[in-house]
Amino acid sequence: MDVMQRIDDVVKNNPIVIFMKGTPQMPSCGFSSRAAQALMNTGIEFAYVNVLQDPEIFENLPRYADWPTFPQIYINHELIGGCDITLEMFQNGELKKMCEEAVAASKEGAEKAK
Amino acid sequence: MSVQSTIESKLSEAFSPDYLRVENESHMHNVPAGSEMHFKVQIVTDEFSGMMLIKRHRAVNKVLEEELAGPIHALSIYAFTTEEWQKRNGEVADSPPCHGGGK
Repeated sequence: MDVMQRIDDVVKNNPIVIFMKGTPQMPSCGFSSRAAQALMNTGIEFAYVNVLQDPEIFENLPRYADWPTFPQIYINHELIGGCDITLEMFQNGELKKMCEEAVAASKEGAEKAK
Repeated sequence: MSVQSTIESKLSEAFSPDYLRVENESHMHNVPAGSEMHFKVQIVTDEFSGMMLIKRHRAVNKVLEEELAGPIHALSIYAFTTEEWQKRNGEVADSPPCHGGGK
């Protein structure tokens, strides 16, 4: 499958997903670590992609949403930003709210599809 | 011109910021001494008012497009309006320690 399609599938199939260096448990970059930590602190389940394990995604993700750096956090199928924005939104409470809404929207979508 | 000076002059020109601070944080990472790869930018301008954070970051990334495609490996951005900046007393987070995943 085309890499852009693969990225798009991940973004479309997960209400919350972080593309990061390493994993939330074993991050390989301080910025990825902090962003994943902020997501974990919301208490809401999220998906992750370790870009260091997938060179094709590592190479192509920056042009997918025209965002040059990692990590990249997508909520409700939209890029919200990288580490700095995610942290800022965690601190002001927006992150949790946005994650809750994304999960609710995806459940609603799944119900409708039944 | 150093990468740091290029960042400073491009951002000054594009946003006429009230406050601009560009720090080379490469020394915090596992790269040769004198490297210019990891930067932290604090930029305050009322041009950001009414703009979502992601739009502000995109605007900064756009101005530094060439550098991001080249020498810059990591760019931390703190983009505020003067009012927001005053509210937070000019405080931003310290950058995280390196975890060695750079490439």
